[in-house]
Amino acid sequence: MLPKSKMRVIALLTAIATALCLLFAAPVSAEQKKETIKIGGIFSVTGPASFLGDPEKKSMILAIDRINDAGGIDGHMLKAIIYDSEGDPTRAVRNVQRLITRDDVTAIIGPSLTPTSLAVIPVIERSSLPLISCAAGNKITDPIKPWVFKTAQSDIHAVASIYGHMRENGIQNVAIIAVSNAFGESGRDQLIEQAGAFGIDIVARESFGGADKDMTAQLTNIRSAEPDAIVCWGTNPGPAVVAKNAKQLGIDIPLYNSHGVASPRFIDLAGDAAEGILLPTGRLLVAGILPEDDPQKAVLSDYMEAYENRYRETASAFGGYAYDAINLLAEAIKGTGGDKAKIRDNLEKIQGHVGISGEFNFSETDHNGLAPGAFVMVRIKDGTWELVE
Amino acid sequence: MQEFLQYFFSGLTNGAIYGIIALGFSMLYRSTDLINFSHGEFVMIGALSMVTLTMTLKIPVIWAFFIVVFGVGLLGMVFERLAIRTVKRPEPIVLIIITVGASIFLRGAGMLVWGKNAQSMPPFTPHPPLDIAGARLLVQSIWILVIAILIAACLHLFYRRTLTGKAMYACAINKQAAWLVGIPSKMMILLAFGLSTGMGAVAGAIIAPVTMPAYDMGAMLGLKGFCAAMLGGLGSLWGSLLGGFLLGVLEAMGVGFVSSGLKDATAFLLLLLVLYFRPQGIISAASVKRF
Amino acid sequence: MIRTDKHLIACFVFAAAATATGLLVENAYYLQVMIFIGINTLLALSLNMLMGYAGQISLGHAAFYGIGAYTTAILSTTYNISPWLALPAAVFTAMAIAYFVGRPTLRLTGYYLAMGTLGFGIIVNIIFREWRSVTGGASGFVGIPPLEIGSFAFDTDRRYFFLVWGVVLFFFIICRRIIDSRVGRALRAIHDGEHAAAAVGVDTAKMKLKIFVLSAAMASLAGFLYAHQIFFISPGTFSFLASIRIVTMVVIGGMASIWGSLLGASLLTLLPEWLHAFADYEMMIYGLVLMLVMIFLPQGLTRGILDIYENSRKKNDK
Repeated sequence: MLPKSKMRVIALLTAIATALCLLFAAPVSAEQKKETIKIGGIFSVTGPASFLGDPEKKSMILAIDRINDAGGIDGHMLKAIIYDSEGDPTRAVRNVQRLITRDDVTAIIGPSLTPTSLAVIPVIERSSLPLISCAAGNKITDPIKPWVFKTAQSDIHAVASIYGHMRENGIQNVAIIAVSNAFGESGRDQLIEQAGAFGIDIVARESFGGADKDMTAQLTNIRSAEPDAIVCWGTNPGPAVVAKNAKQLGIDIPLYNSHGVASPRFIDLAGDAAEGILLPTGRLLVAGILPEDDPQKAVLSDYMEAYENRYRETASAFGGYAYDAINLLAEAIKGTGGDKAKIRDNLEKIQGHVGISGEFNFSETDHNGLAPGAFVMVRIKDGTWELVE
Repeated sequence: MQEFLQYFFSGLTNGAIYGIIALGFSMLYRSTDLINFSHGEFVMIGALSMVTLTMTLKIPVIWAFFIVVFGVGLLGMVFERLAIRTVKRPEPIVLIIITVGASIFLRGAGMLVWGKNAQSMPPFTPHPPLDIAGARLLVQSIWILVIAILIAACLHLFYRRTLTGKAMYACAINKQAAWLVGIPSKMMILLAFGLSTGMGAVAGAIIAPVTMPAYDMGAMLGLKGFCAAMLGGLGSLWGSLLGGFLLGVLEAMGVGFVSSGLKDATAFLLLLLVLYFRPQGIISAASVKRF
Repeated sequence: MIRTDKHLIACFVFAAAATATGLLVENAYYLQVMIFIGINTLLALSLNMLMGYAGQISLGHAAFYGIGAYTTAILSTTYNISPWLALPAAVFTAMAIAYFVGRPTLRLTGYYLAMGTLGFGIIVNIIFREWRSVTGGASGFVGIPPLEIGSFAFDTDRRYFFLVWGVVLFFFIICRRIIDSRVGRALRAIHDGEHAAAAVGVDTAKMKLKIFVLSAAMASLAGFLYAHQIFFISPGTFSFLASIRIVTMVVIGGMASIWGSLLGASLLTLLPEWLHAFADYEMMIYGLVLMLVMIFLPQGLTRGILDIYENSRKKNDK
């Protein structure tokens, strides 16, 4: 007889091995209808950027189910295959490879972040299939890569909206405080690049770590530089800490934020300190107070209602990136029968598609398709959003 | 001067947070010779359950605090019983990987329980920030400071004055010898785990109002806490606290006088220098075992 | 010597198996997963030399991995130098840095050594992120060229598979040679007791530094292979968490075991691929597997599986 402990080990190993075999076999065996068009998704569902990836994944599933309920595209049903990149470029590349060669998808939506998107582009270009990224970084579609599109508004437009508002209010000296990751870096680059065109001087540049708990030291530096306004570029919870710390230090100049915090969560986190903060955002956040004649109003309320009914949580602009991507793709698939090159050509021809993030007008020289008007400036007042003219 | 004081306050707030986490590392090390790499995750659980208890269940802060500390301490004991005591060959490196595994497990569990978003709660006492010579200090920071020092003092007394404390220390020095003189060493290790994770929960609970806790906060806090414990001298209680303050203040001065992008680099560079010139930490407690 | 011969035979069998796999597997995804296993095996092996044989822990090993990747990326992309010239530069840079960092750091022991190497890893990572004009910052470095010899480019996954596994095999043989040599015996003596080793005439400081530099060279080579496979690098890949992952591979696979590095790297590369199906439970299961392996097989998979095998044989003999 074996000692009891050894038996236990063997039993355990057998169990693990069996489980692994089953797992490896399971996804392959699912039988597909011949006509189904498979669409891959890669989002940062877990990890630090899960606030992007999670609603994106949910919105992609929602959009695909709605298309299928309406009878699919030319009779083709769509099927979503979604993997989690955890925000890691290596995993994103491996997942893209898996989607292309093992799952045989027709097109891919995502990844959620700029580094992961940049990392998968070489694979996409080699494999020749359309990718619609959900990341903000400008580098993704500039220069233009034939197979790569994106639906998230670029930082360029966000910065232009902020600077436009500053110019109207006579603000000249600006301090920047940005998170030290790709999002903050891209925002900071744009803020510096466009400053000259709007006659703005940048008097202080600071950064903070995504997990930092106290930014009073950075804000003290900013205060000594005596700016007229502060621009904070980051995603939750960092900017909420900045807002609280600014209030703690009694800094009472205007505080601008990026579209990275455009969700009700930011107001929850920053509390009173959020009052008066200005930020650019897609129209989703202010759908309720948009004028009736706004072309996006119907699309926005339809999406929000469907999302909230299904997931019992508030819809966010981030989920809208993936929702738009699927709808754009669906429009491009029409009449192609799933041919990748034709889908790509059709994507480039899409004009006047009204989505969640704005009106898309793709062309050979523009694979983002959004105009600066995709953003509106809002102010936080009494714990809610208020449109700024 | 006003700037300098503000950097100092900023460092003090962060430093107290690091210090109290470092205390958890140090006290476990002192009693068991072990570094628990999932300590940051216990801090996370402490912070998030504090938010749930006070915000969702509306339990008064003081009661919530004790429930959280007691509950997490119990969880730490369960962890010791299931994952540490069962190890066949308890070598340091094996135990380290187990605690690394535990940290991933607990982070995953935290994500399922509390979701992926950051949470927030108001400070313990509503009070505007204090103005000291033009620099501002949050009242919650003072709470953190006071509780950190109080806990270090309690632990100090525990090790010096109580039989259990002395017994626990004896176990770390030599488990066999401690057993020979009649100390129930298994019991002591279990207790040490409960105390250490309970202290992690204290740290979590008091920083919840200033940090906006989320399921993935543990890794960074654990890292900084570990760093502070090493800086001060692993196993030394006052050393850990001092190491925490030093790390916090260094970081803040790094922001003030070097560059905020290089904040962590400044802190770690100084840490390396300390290690090179004084490898046993500022206040050394005992010689550190090799792997 | 018999041991070396046995090892050579094992390497030969392994090479045959790898060649067969490389030729038979058609799916690019599987090939790519195996390429990553190869790169991770090289990383785990490099750390195993340091940790398993010489007994010196490092929680900053990803720094050398990153130095290799960034050096070749900068030289071959920004300065248009052939990657084959960038390779010795990358390896040399890592070795030089290892030499200067290793001298003071390796005097530390135990948790202090862990902390020292961890601090070094974090500083290097911050440099990758903040030296933006050179490294591309947090957004990453794009446009790294593929490897080519004349007109033959390692641009398909199959070709790259053979390149990576060729390198891995080469180091399997080299490392075994080192372990069975005088140096290897000295290293094991250091592992068992540094003072005792010094007493019998081993120059412990020099030995530790040597193995640290070798280990850094191997890790930077892994970084080189990574950069020219993905064509994109960003600081996140070489973070503190990556260092921890390499340590985990070594310990799970089995310390002081060459084949253990292969096993550990394979398991930790494949596990996330398998766990996809669990979605939000993935992290919990991953952590649980790590804990269970360590609880039941504390000497790692190689030793653990051998033990089980030997026990069952003993049982059959009776």
